[in-house]
Parts: sequence; structure tokens; C-alpha cells
Amino acid sequence: MPLLEAAGISKVFGKLTALDGAALSVGEREFHGLIGPNGSGKSTLMKCLAGALVPTRGKVTFINTDVTSLTPPERARAGMSLKFQITAVLPTLTLYDNILLALQARSSLLDLAFSRSRGRLHEEVMTLLLQFRLADRAFDAAATLSHGQQQWLEIAMALACRPRLLLLDEPTGGMSLEERRVTGELLQPIKQHCSLVIVEHDLDFIRDICDRLTVLDQGKVLASGTVAEIQANRSVQEIYLRRA
Amino acid sequence: MSSTGTGTQPPPHVIEAARSPVMASAIAGRTKVLPILELALLIAASIAPLVLRDYITVYATRVLILCLFALSFDLVWGYAGILSLGQSLFFGTAGYGVALLSRDFGVASIFAVLPAGTLIGFVAALLLAGFLLLGRHPSSVVFVSLGTMTGAYAADRLARGSHYLGGQNGIPSIPPMTIGSHELSEGPGFYYLVLAILVLIYLLSRFLLRSQFGLALAGLRENEQRIAFFGYNVQHLKAIIFAISGAIAGASGSLYAFHEGFVWTNMLGVVMSTQVVLYVLFGGSGTLIGAVIGTAIVEGLSFWLSDNYRDIWPIILGVLLLLVILFRPLGLISLVLGERERVGHFGPSLKEKRNAAP
Repeated sequence: MPLLEAAGISKVFGKLTALDGAALSVGEREFHGLIGPNGSGKSTLMKCLAGALVPTRGKVTFINTDVTSLTPPERARAGMSLKFQITAVLPTLTLYDNILLALQARSSLLDLAFSRSRGRLHEEVMTLLLQFRLADRAFDAAATLSHGQQQWLEIAMALACRPRLLLLDEPTGGMSLEERRVTGELLQPIKQHCSLVIVEHDLDFIRDICDRLTVLDQGKVLASGTVAEIQANRSVQEIYLRRA
Repeated sequence: MSSTGTGTQPPPHVIEAARSPVMASAIAGRTKVLPILELALLIAASIAPLVLRDYITVYATRVLILCLFALSFDLVWGYAGILSLGQSLFFGTAGYGVALLSRDFGVASIFAVLPAGTLIGFVAALLLAGFLLLGRHPSSVVFVSLGTMTGAYAADRLARGSHYLGGQNGIPSIPPMTIGSHELSEGPGFYYLVLAILVLIYLLSRFLLRSQFGLALAGLRENEQRIAFFGYNVQHLKAIIFAISGAIAGASGSLYAFHEGFVWTNMLGVVMSTQVVLYVLFGGSGTLIGAVIGTAIVEGLSFWLSDNYRDIWPIILGVLLLLVILFRPLGLISLVLGERERVGHFGPSLKEKRNAAP
């Protein structure tokens, strides 16, 4: 049984059909890339998986539970975490507090009111900041980070929720080549405890870190399989050639 | 170690460095303006009745009660980003509530009426939150602000039309509040009582807002959608802080009723709600002390201006308010307080860290 199973997902906005029966299946500790031309429905599918949108039709199953109509907080508590396409760190808070905010989401209200979990969470905050090479900036406001660093902070925050599945919408958007390489490195160790669905334009990046790929085109799944299978696939080559 | 750390465990010396007090105190070293400001204001407020003439002390008592009311608005707007334009609903409901308690049941002991007023504000806010905030999906800012404003407006209208509540005239000549056998009339005694309550509630609010709960509220204010994806139930968070703020507004409303000796419909309506918004915007939201300063300055200015420029004082005051909001959108407090200190930080104290270390 896969960790995440989305079947027959359609999403209609007025007259626009963004998704038309798309499907996706992600196994335990699998890195799954979601690719396709602009407007193919990648981000919409991500949002349906994360609960930011409710699909018009179709069903999303996560760890054997139907989560199609669950709200984002309910999904987060079930073990799903999302990094937005547009960075959404909390700019006036320090990096430390950004991470703590994500980590303490599971503490009870009483623990929060009496600050009973922050001592315990301190080491986890610092470990995450170290892991994402941000520890020396821990007490600066998140707004002062470079774009690439903000993306890393976001990934760190998404991981702080201890997800079984992490959804990353364009994690390397606007990054330099070097930053992309580092992002790949930072993501590798996650595999030991977490699956990943990743939307990305950079095909080299996707090829380097993903196990399987799903290609969307005009809201439908064009192909799905291992990286090698997809690279050999004729119709996939065609849409990417057509675009080039 | 956390499950997230596996794999890229940094070398031990790096972890050690992160744990060291040097890093942790990186922020502690910076000068703090806020405690100095708070202390200075407390001292000034404590000696004020000794130097002020009696009728001004009476006026200052009313200002302190309004400061408490302003705190309640700062809590929801400055900290949680909920634009409540009907804060007077809780202030006035509690005022009317305690007025009725003393008129119809002869209850005027502070130990009964103050808790009762606080509870009335709390329950009224919780009920309104049930309508406005507790949907399955978060409600929009406009919906909440219009909803709260409508609530205040409706309450005002209802009170005006109700014979039992005294209609347009409200409830006059409420008997004085009592502590044991002692009757509290306006003057220094009442002043110090209100000051003590204000300081107590200020400190309690500060404790809560600097806790991890305060961090969750900061997240709520900055990006509600984002923190929902962490697993926070933003609706519950909002309802809780809204109800707490209602309780504080209720406490100040009951003090106001006994201090003035009567309640009338303005206490419930939109005018009072708008006034409290102005206090907080003027002083600066999200700092607590800004709400206090804003109230004191706006009320002090009105007092002085209305004495000296009898005909045009509201215009002068209005222009001043506009200037502050135009040139200091973060309020007067931003003249002395940097952003880092205004927003604060929420990490553990050194002691907490030491206890957490294995």
C-alpha cells in the first residue's frame, strides 16, 4: 500500500479545467518528482494534496485514510507537510522562532501558555538550523536572509512538523546553481524517514534526487515511472521538445 | 536527538557551539528599552495622585480604566491580527451587567462585581467568536471586523430601545462599589485600585504574550495560512485570545460603570469601539505599553485641548492623529522601540536550556 494515493483528481475553476483525472502514487521513503510544462496543473495538484484546495472530483488517500476533505491543520497532524511555492517564512520573527513555531505546533495549549515545551525543543531547533546551515543566523529576523536561505528555512520549517510526507513546490526557484546543488544535498538525508513530492522546473535537479517521476500535461498524467523510464518515453520527449 | 537530525548529524563541536551560552545570549546583550519605559511609566503613574489636583486624579482614573480597555484591543489586533471593531460590546455589556447587579440585586462588592463583569465580557466574546471565528475554515478579516462592528451597533440599538435598560438615558446613579464595609468613591483610592488592576492584567497579558502561545499568536498575525499548515487550529487560537480580550474589556467596563456612577448606550456602541482603535494605533499596536501610552496621550490631549481651544479641539486632535498614523504607522512607540524588541523573541531562557540538556 503506497503512503499517498491520489486517484481521478479533477479541479475546475469556472470554465478552466486545471486538472482532469490526474493520479499520483507515492511509496514510503520515495522521492517523487512532478514535472510538466507551465500550466499543466502541477501546483494545483500539490494544493489538492496539501488541502489548500479541495478537488472537484477524486480521492486522496494518505496512510490508508481518506483525507480528501480534511483541512490543512488536520492533514498536518496526520503527517503531511508543505513548503509553499512562494516563500512564506514569517519575516519579522527570528529564524529560531520560525523553527520553534513549526516545532511547537503539536504542543498542547496549556504547554504553550506556560512555555513548557520550549526548553525541550531547543536542541531540535538548533539541530535543524545546523542541518540547513543557518545556525549562525539563528537570532536574525527571517527577512534578512537571502532568497535561497529563506527557501532552506522553509524546508527546515516544513520538516520540523516531523512529516511522513513532505510536499515541496519549487524549492529551488530563484536559486543560484551552487544553492541548487546544496539544496539537493540537504534533501538527501530526509529519505531515511520521509517521502517527498517535489514540483520543479529544473530537470537536472529532479533527475538527481528523485526515484520516480510523474509527468503532467494539460491536467492529465502523461506518464509515470522511474526516472529512466520517463527519460526513454517518447511522448514526454515530445512535449519537452515542443516546448524547446 | 530528534528524528529530523538523522543522517546529517553535525559534528559534536558544532552542536556544542550552538548550545553554548555565548550564542544563546547573542540577543540578551542588546539594550532593552521596553522594561525601562514600563518602569518609568509605573513610577509616574504611582506618584501622579500625590501631585495632581483631585479633579484631575478623577480624570486620570478614567484614563487608566480606558488604558485597560485599550489593552484588550491590542491583544486581539496587535498580537493576533483580529480587527475587532466592536470591542465596546464587551466593555458595555459588562458595564450594564454590573449596573443591573447593583440596581436590582444590591450587589456592589468588588469581589462580586469585578469577577462578574469579567465573566460577562468573556462569555459575550466567546459567543460572538462562535459566530464569527469558529467556522470550519478561517473567516476573513473583513467578515470579522464587520461582524464585530455590527454586534456593537446592534447592542447599542437594543439598549436604546429597552425600557428595562433605561433606554436612551441608560442606568443612572449606580451605588458605589464596596470593599468590605468601605465604599469606594472617586479619588485617589479608586485611582490606586485601578492602577493595581491595570498593572496586574498588564503583567498577566505580558506573560501570556511572551510565552510560546504568544509565538503562535505572532504566527497567526503574520501568516495565518502558513501556520495552519503546521497543524495549528487557527480558529481555536483566535477564539481563545478573543475571549480573553473580551474578559479584559469586561473588567474595564465594570470599573468604568462604578467609577462614572452610571452607564449609557455609548458604552456599547461604535463610538467607543472606534475610540479604542485610535488609542492603540496612536500609541502603537503589538507592544501593550503602546496601548497604554496611546490612551494616556489621546485622553490627556483631549482634556488639555478642550480646555484651551474650546471650539476647535476635535479638529486639532484629529489632525494630530492623522499625522502620527501617516508618519509613524507603527505608532508613537516606534520612536523609541526597534522592530526586534517590538516583535520580541520566544526562545527558552538559559535556565530552561540547561534543564533540557541531558
